[in-house]
Amino acid sequence: MPVNDFLCDSARRFPDKVALVCDGQHLTYTQIEQQANRVANALIAMGVQRGDRLAIWLPNSVETVTAIFGILKAGCTFTVINPTTKLSKLAYILNNCSAKGIFVPAKAASQATALFGDVQSLRFAVLCDAGSASVATTRPDVVLLSHLLQAYPAECPPCPSIDIDLACLIYTSGSTGEPKGVMCTHANVVFAASSIAQYLQNTPDDIVIDVLPLSFDYGLYQLIMVFQFGGTLVLEKSFAYPAAVLRRIKQERVTGFPGVPTLFAILLQMDLARFDLSSLRYLTNTAAALPVEHIQRIREAFPWARLYSMYGLTECKRALYLPPEELDRRPGSVGIAIPGTEVWVEDESGNRLGPDQVGELVIRGSHVMQGYLGDPEQTARRYRPGRYPAERLLYTGDLFRTDSGGFLYFVARKDDIIKSRGEKVAPKEVEAVLYQLPGVIEAAVIGVPDDLLGQAIKAFLVCGSDATLTAQDALRYCAQHLEDFMVPKYVEFCDDLPKTPSGKIQKSALR
Amino acid sequence: MQVESSIRHYILENLLFTDDETRLANSVSLLEEGIIDSTGVLELVMFVEETFGFTVEDEEIVPENFDSVERLAHYVRSKTGEVTPNAGERLFV
Repeated sequence: MPVNDFLCDSARRFPDKVALVCDGQHLTYTQIEQQANRVANALIAMGVQRGDRLAIWLPNSVETVTAIFGILKAGCTFTVINPTTKLSKLAYILNNCSAKGIFVPAKAASQATALFGDVQSLRFAVLCDAGSASVATTRPDVVLLSHLLQAYPAECPPCPSIDIDLACLIYTSGSTGEPKGVMCTHANVVFAASSIAQYLQNTPDDIVIDVLPLSFDYGLYQLIMVFQFGGTLVLEKSFAYPAAVLRRIKQERVTGFPGVPTLFAILLQMDLARFDLSSLRYLTNTAAALPVEHIQRIREAFPWARLYSMYGLTECKRALYLPPEELDRRPGSVGIAIPGTEVWVEDESGNRLGPDQVGELVIRGSHVMQGYLGDPEQTARRYRPGRYPAERLLYTGDLFRTDSGGFLYFVARKDDIIKSRGEKVAPKEVEAVLYQLPGVIEAAVIGVPDDLLGQAIKAFLVCGSDATLTAQDALRYCAQHLEDFMVPKYVEFCDDLPKTPSGKIQKSALR
Repeated sequence: MQVESSIRHYILENLLFTDDETRLANSVSLLEEGIIDSTGVLELVMFVEETFGFTVEDEEIVPENFDSVERLAHYVRSKTGEVTPNAGERLFV
């Protein structure tokens, strides 16, 4: 079944139930279904073909949800791009996936128009203009979402997709520095969402609050899963104002709170006793491991709620979860394979390893995605042939060990990817921006331990003798050219950088 | 306008990494313009506590108080006793 059937089915089962709380609105399944149908009918009228890629460059909003399901209903593939992504990278992604259309905020109309020059495949842009009636467009290929919602019918168009078609592309940082689009079929997404909802024991009574960006698979799957089990999604712009989020938990009687270590670290700095959080049934953590001390403190703060430690990567969505009843016995573990899948630890010769031996985590199951769009080389490194024809295994690039009970423990990454605020940062991507600065001769970026961020980004710069570059200049340039989470926290100027005998920068000596 | 300029200066220097005054209008939403994120808000809270000498309560860290230079200045004045909220005005303190 295609992912969009989650919405159709829930609209049939729970037509008047609130599906989405966002932007001060409470929208029912019927309302979302009809808005998504209008978008789909508009896209079809604008000439999209089955399998076309359409991008969404928006913050978490009602429009983003409508666009995701409208695109799916039109038989196309969606990709949500972080709204803090800068134009040059946005253009790279749009070219990478040959995007035919893009949904953008109305205030970015001029940037959207500029994209047509850089992205040959682009045929139209949809301006999302909620609440701003003053927006006008003069180009026929730049249309207003509000006009589409008025002009096109609310009937569900026939969906041409089958489950081996691509539902979405999720862009992720790779060690090469260029973002890579992970190809996810409808079958992959439906399987992963079902497996996760199974171990979280989700029911239509669940109300999940989502403060994570929908461009991040962890944030996106909250939406997909809630629409699958017929619950309610409370979609927030961010976690910038924790107290406002905690108040919303009380107001909406939220039962599920997905977080990352940085969010939990912020929560643990607050006086949580002043908020009524008694409705929470479960909390989840992934993206990076929670320190064991934080696990204990979260459990003390929320003794009534189940805490799930999990591990995953975009290439298979989710791989592992620790059943909460195991937390006391194995607080440092991220658990076992998610339902319906298989994992093991392997050495470099391909031998499966026993307890306490460190090797690479390998994943097998229907959640193993299709690889990276347009990058067979990187795909072949991560995804390798499995036992049966057409089956592929995912090599995670992460080192793990198991205990005698078969529970898994993260040891280290094989590459130098930094995890900051739960997001993956490729040092090469940050270094490439630093090298553009006048006077920079060498740049090296590493992650340093940080209580709040997990890892903070630290840049080392070697500059020419006549360079006048300051740390503030470097940070400003990074902020203009990189997503927020990639901007270094520290900049250090040095005379030279440690090198290996072959002349490569030796990052281990910088740590 | 002392409070406004102090807040503006901090945001320009530490969140926008610039001294170009034209980059930040007093009324602009820091969140919507992508100037601030969850860790940026916490930095702003620490700056306010250190600079203006009062404790910011968790419940007060809300967009109504922090999401623009003018809102933050208004909140700071209400905490330091420079202004009293107008009757009927909703101040999140």
